[in-house]
Amino acid sequence: MGYEPQADFGTPPVQSDQPVTLAIDGRAVTVPAGTSVMRAAAESGGSIPSLCATDSVKAYGSCRMCLVEIEGRKGTPASCTTPVEPGMVVHTQTSRLQRLRRGVMELYISDHPLDCLTCSANNVCELQDTAAEVGLRDVRYGYAGANHLGLPTDSSNPYFDFDPCKCIACSRCVRACDEVQGTFALTIAGRGFASTVSAGQAGDDFLSSECVSCGACVQACPTATLQEKAVKEIGKPERAVVTTCAYCGVGCTFRAEMRGEQLVRMVPWKDGKANRGHSCVKGRFAWGYANHRDRVLEPMIRDSIEDPWRVVSWDEAFAYTAERLNAIKARHGARALGGITSSRCTNEETFLVQKLVRAGFGSNNVDTCARVCHSPTGYGLKTTFGTSAGTQDFDSVMQADVILVIGANPTDAHPVFASRMKRRLREGAKLIVIDPRRIDLVRMPHVEAAHHLPLQPGTNVAVLTAMAHVIVTESLADEAFIRERCDWDEYQDWARFVADERHSPEVLEAVTRVPAADLRAAARLYATGGNGAIYYGLGVTEHSQGSSTVMAIANLAMATGNIGRPGVGVNPLRGQNNVQGSCDMGSFPHELAGYRHISDSATRGLFEQDWGVALNPEPGLRIPNMLDAALDGSFRALYIQGEDILQSDPNTHHVAAGLKAMELVIVHDLFLNETAGYAHVFLPGSTFLEKDGTFTNAERRIQRVRKVMEPANGLADWEVTQQLAQAMGLNWDYRHPAEIMAEIARLTPSFAGVSYDHLEEAGSLQWPVNAAAPDGSPVMHVDGFVRGKGRFVVTDYVPTDEKTGPRYPLLLTTGRILSQYNVGAQTRRTANTVWHEEDLLEIHPADAENRGIKSGDWVRLASRTGETTLRADVTDRVAPGVVYTTFHHPATQANVVTTDYSDWATNCPEYKVTAVQVMPSNGPTDWQESYASWAERSRRVAREPAE
Amino acid sequence: MDLARLHHMANQIARNLAAQGEEAAIAATAQHIRDFWEPRMKAAILGSDRSPLDPIARAALERLDDA
Repeated sequence: MGYEPQADFGTPPVQSDQPVTLAIDGRAVTVPAGTSVMRAAAESGGSIPSLCATDSVKAYGSCRMCLVEIEGRKGTPASCTTPVEPGMVVHTQTSRLQRLRRGVMELYISDHPLDCLTCSANNVCELQDTAAEVGLRDVRYGYAGANHLGLPTDSSNPYFDFDPCKCIACSRCVRACDEVQGTFALTIAGRGFASTVSAGQAGDDFLSSECVSCGACVQACPTATLQEKAVKEIGKPERAVVTTCAYCGVGCTFRAEMRGEQLVRMVPWKDGKANRGHSCVKGRFAWGYANHRDRVLEPMIRDSIEDPWRVVSWDEAFAYTAERLNAIKARHGARALGGITSSRCTNEETFLVQKLVRAGFGSNNVDTCARVCHSPTGYGLKTTFGTSAGTQDFDSVMQADVILVIGANPTDAHPVFASRMKRRLREGAKLIVIDPRRIDLVRMPHVEAAHHLPLQPGTNVAVLTAMAHVIVTESLADEAFIRERCDWDEYQDWARFVADERHSPEVLEAVTRVPAADLRAAARLYATGGNGAIYYGLGVTEHSQGSSTVMAIANLAMATGNIGRPGVGVNPLRGQNNVQGSCDMGSFPHELAGYRHISDSATRGLFEQDWGVALNPEPGLRIPNMLDAALDGSFRALYIQGEDILQSDPNTHHVAAGLKAMELVIVHDLFLNETAGYAHVFLPGSTFLEKDGTFTNAERRIQRVRKVMEPANGLADWEVTQQLAQAMGLNWDYRHPAEIMAEIARLTPSFAGVSYDHLEEAGSLQWPVNAAAPDGSPVMHVDGFVRGKGRFVVTDYVPTDEKTGPRYPLLLTTGRILSQYNVGAQTRRTANTVWHEEDLLEIHPADAENRGIKSGDWVRLASRTGETTLRADVTDRVAPGVVYTTFHHPATQANVVTTDYSDWATNCPEYKVTAVQVMPSNGPTDWQESYASWAERSRRVAREPAE
Repeated sequence: MDLARLHHMANQIARNLAAQGEEAAIAATAQHIRDFWEPRMKAAILGSDRSPLDPIARAALERLDDA
């Protein structure tokens, strides 16, 4: 499409079944009851000038530009605050209105710089448009009076400037921060002429304020007061392409606004059904990594990891890689080869990697990063409900009455969804937080949890079983729902189990450290407070009982009838942009696309017929098993697309040893990541801006990724995998990702109705999309569970084997923060580092004082596995006995400390529980220094061709 | 394969399924290993000294021996 700003209807849409018909400028218009006259006019193709109105926030009625005349009414009401009425007759363009609007406009312009030719708005300015609409030709007051033109620009934020001399004090930015983002960082300070937009407290600038740089204020600003620096530098976009963000599992859709081949800005797409026009600092601004100087654009190979890299052509890289893979296969068999698919890549690319492993390598040794995040979700929800995915769409939260957040920190990790959740909480929904840390949601502006259960890390199952005990023993279960939808016998077994006194909150308090009375109150609220919705994250899954916890959550939802309608459900907040999709596409070693077990001969037969090869019926190796097998010499070659397992996976020393033991490690990535230090082949990757495909977000929503520029490395990732397959002798011939999706749809029942044409028409589709649900399934299990009857699974609390003791008395839990993303490969290469340039260790004041530690001190963090150093942040966000850090920076390598303990069912690592000791330190450990030296050496590139 | 790790994994599976009752837990443990373990892992544990294993895990392996 060419460049057109997104349509703005002035006020938000209204949901109503009651139509109202009125006349606007002689046109009959029918809109839902409650709609503003301004929106009704806009929807019917008219235009009423306005400055303080925008459809992302509620009407404000301050600018006095949108005045209209209504027959039978006195005066000239503001159209933004006047709801439509049946039979109303509205006039929007009269000489009286023109005169009034022009008068108001004169006042605005008398205090505004007349620099339109050089203004960074580049003529995309509502003030300029409105001046034109009202025919402003002169300002009777002149420009010499008191004004704001000398105020300094606040350039503290790395991504946008605040130029107060262009501000018209419309409050759109303040209201966007309040209503859309829910941070309440901005206000109008002062009164009358002295009114100015202020970020935070007096003396704050945007960077030092509580602003989270979501961009909502910039998007709402009608002038160039809040303006992206990139727009100032590059100029006005000339075209826009709708695509999907490559950060978290919310799956925000954006307009990539382009000038030639250059990306000017990413603007959240108002029609995006996942984000509804909102964004966060990562998706909105942190895309600079795409053309960062660290990006490697040419293939490289080397015979030994001790050698420098040698730049080669694509042809040589494919030939070298294929020859080595084939040779290893010939010597050691197919079982010696494997691959890791990427949750950052598209469905189509992921599908091809697992196909290459199964059909080309001849093994089922394929795994994905979900192994280390939500593999327990796949196991737990499939076991209980029959489908390895969340039950709701994001819109569902707006109908929730009680929101239970367990092991998730949405304001940091899923910020755009968190904004919608906060909006619902401001509307009155109740909140229960189960988390060892006092996450922001527990208490923040206009949000306060009814209950925060600060459990001991590792005791999720005990807490949930105690909640179930309360629900069952106090007769709060929804027996009608259970009898109709679930296996009654299994329910009775489960109910007997949880009702046992040993599962009471009082008995389990010794384990969980959650006061029994608080837990009872939380359980009662969830069971009786109306629509109960559970949202959870990695604080549930990354435990030795991750799968049990997922099933315990499912048990609670079934027991209370909170499944199968909007406002309820079990909602995993998935981490990476396409982690749902990568799982859907058959990335696990035991199942084919659509979660069908590899041993199922009928399913396997479908693939064998389509692919023309026989498939191995036995499950393959998971990532940790691949590393173990490498150490015993039976696993030799690994193709890793878009994952950095050395930094992201637990027990770094073990990962390094496994990689080092392999004959051939192929890293396919944007950057020479940490894993590449152990690689023999580097295949340059393409960014999400450079390819076509689809991502599937946490609500099972399949959305298009659209190429907005040519791949800087020359090939999209799906083309790289295809050419590698061809070099190995496979006869693949995909000409476009749409053809890969056609194959996926052909072989995967839940994707049967998905095609690029259908996606184009619908915008997005939530699987299953099939004959029974041709337009997709926003809410699952509506008329019954996918597996038939919902299955209650008895989940007993089994303590982790990771124990604290005198040498390691503290428990470490890890997570992520707002401005950084996973291993930081992308965000560390953006200006987001201004908010988080290093990993910090949160430690409670009591634990810090015992050790003589102050905020900012270097501390040594040691476990039975390894040790590292980082700086301390003394805070009571963590409980005594618990410490917390992030894993965004390779200089810290937090996973040097984490252990091999993992979930019993899926081997998802137990990142959330590591026994550690923390002591003062004077700088990096020997290992950190030697690793930094090794990493630098491993990135050498030979300047001359090798002999 | 790392036998200590395989024994730990098998015991962990058995302990988490134990609440289902002994017979069901043995069957579920055997089925879990059958469904999710790669052949060389199964072969390694089946050929190993089983003394580090819990009774349920041990009984599950006996089922797999018989299969």
